[in-house]
Amino acid sequence: MLFTIHVNNRKIKAEKGETILSALNRNGIIIPTLCRMKEFTPTGACRMCVVEVEGKERLVTACSQPVEEWMRIRTHSPRVITARKTIVELLLSNHPDDCLYCDRNLNCELQNLSEELNIRERRIKGKKIKPRLDQSSPAIVRELAKCILCGRCVRVCEEVITCTSLDFINRGGQTHIGTAMDKDFNFSSCIQCGQCVLVCPTGALHEKYNITEVQEYLNKHDVVKAIQYSPFVPAGIAEELGIRYNKDFDKNLNAILRKIGFDKVYSTGTGTDICISELADQLSAKLEKNDESPLYITACPAWVKFAEQSMPDIIPCLSTVKSPQQIAGVLIKTMVAGQLKVQPDKIFSVSVSPCMAMKYEARRDGMMRKGISDVDSVLTVRELARLIRLYGIDVYNTAREPADEPLAGRSSSAVLAELSGGLAEGVVRLVSYRLSGKEPDRQLLKKIRGSGSFRDCTVKAGGTEIRVAVVDGLTGLEKLTNALQAGTKYNLVEVMACPGGCIHGGGLPKIASRDDLKNRARLIWQSDETEAISIPEKSPSFLSLCDKLANENMEISDKRIFHTHFERKDVLL
Amino acid sequence: MCWYFGQEMTEDIENIITKYRQGRREDLIPLLQEIQERLGHLPEEAIIRVGSHLGLSTTKIYGLATFYDQFRFIPSGRIHISVCHGTSCFMNGSQGIIDKLTEELKTAPGQTSRNGNFSFDIVTCMGGCYHGPVITVNDEYHIHVSQDQIPELIRKLKYIIEND
Repeated sequence: MLFTIHVNNRKIKAEKGETILSALNRNGIIIPTLCRMKEFTPTGACRMCVVEVEGKERLVTACSQPVEEWMRIRTHSPRVITARKTIVELLLSNHPDDCLYCDRNLNCELQNLSEELNIRERRIKGKKIKPRLDQSSPAIVRELAKCILCGRCVRVCEEVITCTSLDFINRGGQTHIGTAMDKDFNFSSCIQCGQCVLVCPTGALHEKYNITEVQEYLNKHDVVKAIQYSPFVPAGIAEELGIRYNKDFDKNLNAILRKIGFDKVYSTGTGTDICISELADQLSAKLEKNDESPLYITACPAWVKFAEQSMPDIIPCLSTVKSPQQIAGVLIKTMVAGQLKVQPDKIFSVSVSPCMAMKYEARRDGMMRKGISDVDSVLTVRELARLIRLYGIDVYNTAREPADEPLAGRSSSAVLAELSGGLAEGVVRLVSYRLSGKEPDRQLLKKIRGSGSFRDCTVKAGGTEIRVAVVDGLTGLEKLTNALQAGTKYNLVEVMACPGGCIHGGGLPKIASRDDLKNRARLIWQSDETEAISIPEKSPSFLSLCDKLANENMEISDKRIFHTHFERKDVLL
Repeated sequence: MCWYFGQEMTEDIENIITKYRQGRREDLIPLLQEIQERLGHLPEEAIIRVGSHLGLSTTKIYGLATFYDQFRFIPSGRIHISVCHGTSCFMNGSQGIIDKLTEELKTAPGQTSRNGNFSFDIVTCMGGCYHGPVITVNDEYHIHVSQDQIPELIRKLKYIIEND
């Protein structure tokens, strides 16, 4: 039901039941917000969005107050502006003034608010927070001095990721965000997914930088600098650098990376193809044995850590296949090293990934061979964009170059794997192809492409029924557990920690809303539909790689290097 | 209040926890209070155990427990002193008492002295605003305390401990 309200002496239409903020935004009136996150219930904690409602003595928070018919609202009256300004001034009173050196310089919500509200001096002087820098986690750095206690990370960790690794500790002036027993991050139940980093309005949470390390190695002449990037990275880079993305940009990125100084540029997509092929082997084996237990895909390192710490019962059901990044990494350190005739320790292998947990995975136990780690350094998409700017590369005027063999090409299933449910789709496609001998329809698993946090379907593949479940974001695990307890059997279960899959990873540019996420998903579906090769085992790179693998020594040819082990982790849950 | 670790403590925690129904989050504060009453503090072990019993994350429990002044996470001393720092007691000079105690006991508020004899905490209000400043020594109330009385009080308490 629509009705009219008066805002700033103008009439606007509002809908019954919506908040003042949503009515204002729909009518093009912008008011600042800070603690608000779309798709979450409002808290009204920061009071940034206050407006004046005639007849009400106090200012009301637009984000939480439902709009009513009698309302006459003033959004930018002197009283409101003073209130907002004071709030920001109070937030700034104990904030370190080191914007120039901050991770979020020019991209900071607090900085923007301070600019918007025309704050030109430090009017209120507060006692500075004792700086505490927690660098213990392999992926996420916490700078408590920059925290403004908006509580977004706490809510995301609890409501989206269900880990609840962060909460407000103490109260009043001593309040800070911390983990259980106020220990460092590496002791906590954090799964390094990086969703908290995506919602942090300031630089209080950011990824652990590996740029300096990469730069250092780029200047060394006696090492081969190899880099691999995930299929979604080019689109992420284009987003971060503000370029319109089209499919050719993948090739431009190869040239850009070579300009930066990398000797070899590989595609993680080939690793994804191998990952899918290995998973298909394990699934086929289970199907043949009529094994009823589900096979859990282990390509998401954040999910793996969650399973290890919170669901130790399912560890035997986890597939042993490494993630695509680690598979490509181990190939670079073994086969490619052999081809280039260099020692594995003379290769510096970098990976660019939309994921933050990959930084953690690269340092995991079992991701090493003879004391040499599979991947030496992991950069997020944001970090790579920074590296591109640092090296002053003109992204508009670059040639189009192919990636280096043997990890150059990929199937469209490898692109699809960046989406939640995509890897399961790839595996089922491959199993179906192996069983029936002909390429299955690309829309075979269309049912699984919905948007709920838990989706399942049954597919017929050459006479065999495969029951697939997809958990999109860890909130869906509850539904999976319920379904399993009710007696539903699944053959293949894919879990992605971030809702939406890798396209919503912690290493990608921050997005404003779900629509941006849909655009990213659309890009992926488009390339899956238009690309020629949809079956991993039909990709030329994969085929030539398999030929070469057969000629390698035993350990490599029987594909043991693509597998790892998982074990129970004791953390403070 | 007692001073012990290990097996005995685990059993005590278990005995208290089993009195409460599983998964009832509203029991959290009474449960923590009972454990604190028995053990004198909330050890990490108890927080983990309470978390798994009530289905709450340890981070949430720790966050809640640090919000309230009544919970402490390190064992309290044989003699535990609480100083009221509420508005009325503050106006009547409780800050001087806190400073004097810190100096006499060589222990910061919220800490326990190294020999385990003394611990002291600051609490927000004890409800004795008319009699401020109020302090408690092992749950025994002292009212209208001035900072000059503190050295004498500590001397007496030390004498009691030595001759106990």
